[in-house]
Amino acid sequence: MEALIHHVVGKYNYWLYIILMMIGLYAMIAKNNLIKKLVGMNIFQTAIILFYVSIGCKKGATIPIIEEHAGMGEHAIRVADYINPLPHVLMLTAIVVSVSTFGVALALAVKIYQQYKTLEEDEILMRLREK
Amino acid sequence: MSQHYPVLLVTVPLLSAFIISGLSWVKKSLCFPVALVALGTSVFCAIGLLFKVLDVGVVEYHMGGWMPPWGIAYRIDLLNALVLVAVSSVALVNLVAAHKSVQRDFPEKKGIFYALYVLFAMGLMGITVTGDVFNLYVLLEIASLTAYALIALGKPDRAPLASLNYVFIGTVGACFYLLGIGYLYIMTGSLNMADIASLLPPIYHSKAVLVAFIFCMVGVCIKMAFFPLHTWLPNAYTYAPNPASSVIAPLMTKVMVYVMIRLVFSVFLPDFSFHVLHIGPALVWLACLAIIMGSLLALTQRNLKKMLTYIIVSEIGYMVGGLWLGNRLGMSGAILHILNDAIMTLCLFLAVGNIAYKVKQVGFEDLKGLFRKMPVTMAGFVAGALSVIGVPPTCGFFSKWYLISGAIQAGQYGFMAALLFSSLINIVLFFRVIEIAYFEPMNPLHGVAPKRGIIEEVPLSMLIPLLLVAVSLIVVGIYSGTIVNHIIVPVLPKGIG
Repeated sequence: MEALIHHVVGKYNYWLYIILMMIGLYAMIAKNNLIKKLVGMNIFQTAIILFYVSIGCKKGATIPIIEEHAGMGEHAIRVADYINPLPHVLMLTAIVVSVSTFGVALALAVKIYQQYKTLEEDEILMRLREK
Repeated sequence: MSQHYPVLLVTVPLLSAFIISGLSWVKKSLCFPVALVALGTSVFCAIGLLFKVLDVGVVEYHMGGWMPPWGIAYRIDLLNALVLVAVSSVALVNLVAAHKSVQRDFPEKKGIFYALYVLFAMGLMGITVTGDVFNLYVLLEIASLTAYALIALGKPDRAPLASLNYVFIGTVGACFYLLGIGYLYIMTGSLNMADIASLLPPIYHSKAVLVAFIFCMVGVCIKMAFFPLHTWLPNAYTYAPNPASSVIAPLMTKVMVYVMIRLVFSVFLPDFSFHVLHIGPALVWLACLAIIMGSLLALTQRNLKKMLTYIIVSEIGYMVGGLWLGNRLGMSGAILHILNDAIMTLCLFLAVGNIAYKVKQVGFEDLKGLFRKMPVTMAGFVAGALSVIGVPPTCGFFSKWYLISGAIQAGQYGFMAALLFSSLINIVLFFRVIEIAYFEPMNPLHGVAPKRGIIEEVPLSMLIPLLLVAVSLIVVGIYSGTIVNHIIVPVLPKGIG
């Protein structure tokens, strides 16, 4: 039991991102409204962004701005003192991607609404079957 | 100049896409020439690169002069040089063919169409040329987002819905890939393909590397529409406007197969994929399923374009199966089939585009008597059909030959049987179409009902690309021995039987 708790608490960031991701996936699969599906998709993407942000973190480290001038410092820079900024920078790009995906998807939803006058998936499918 | 080919290949179309979308406000007639020049430059750079790689070996380009593990490196060996030539030339040829039908079908959205088109081609070329796994993700999303928008330009009754479906599934695919490279980054601290490959071998038995591999492969399989994950493809490609579907259908899935090959060859290395994991046979069986189900589903369709989309699903099975056979013959067949399938899918979709230009619809009953009305287009269609079936002088035969020999060498008789079965089904599929178009009397409901025996062909700017592609099917077929010996065999990893 204790080992299990240690396993869950010690790696809580991974558990959280997986729970969040599954909420998004559930919404994408189970919800009937297209906008709810889209929000699910966005939650799914956000979960991955949080995962990346959390892997750059280090205990007791600070933001990666180096105070000493190059060559002037008394001792070499210790890597463990600074968090890893690279995953965060990658996620700036991923956020741009997820925002633009959401934008394209919303634009498509508008076009679908203009065509069918509804965003409920079952009603749209019923319309299609009637044709 | 020639040392900058790798970056010009990508940046020229990228900047031109912005110029085109600006021009669409000012002078719409300039959009097409700018797109033509941009993709022409890409074709020129791609061919230049292929000859350079043949000449001096692997070409590396460091973005902004930053050295590889830190900066983004473009790395071109023979494999991506070949795919680059295929991607850029297919995009250029189809651009020429698209001009007339874009002009007729949505003249007011012309500028947007060309901007998206060029951006799509740029995304695919970027995926092919890059040597950085995260850069690959970004370019993959650029290509996918433009593909969603291009598909949504189709008829408003079905296209937006099909495109939205593609958005959902495609995004999940890309996210899985992103997660996979996240795990790779945790384990190696690097995003450069060559660097990851050199750091991975000591930790092959780590669970995190296994998870990374699974996430990357599932993500790529979703994007390439590998059989159980193919559901987005048929509707998206069927309801896309013809000028867009004839570039997305030949290229998107094929480039994703390239990504799978690249991940296996240069990130996880064949040693891990084939010897540590032993998943080759399982994936070959899945590929058999993809081939058989794709063919059977194609058989149930009564719409020419939808039938072709299911044939793409089964062709994906050919390539994935060939790769996971794990021997030189199968892999050569898979890589050759990327090139061949791009050309023959383009040929068939161009023919469908031409038919739709004159007849409006491509259901089977609309095809009656088309051989008399559009003999040249139908000749092109027959050439493409023969190549998909695998009749000897056309290129489809040679890649299928390599795949079947590979299957026999690996002892995978199920895969061989699936290939032969799919060839037989393809014969039924295409001869059914040819029979309707050749023997049935002309349908009087075709657009403006023509008099019997009068030829009504599409404009020359649509016919010439089709004929060019049909001829290249045979030319590539005749030279496939040269292509395999000089381009494909040298890229196969060492230690593969």
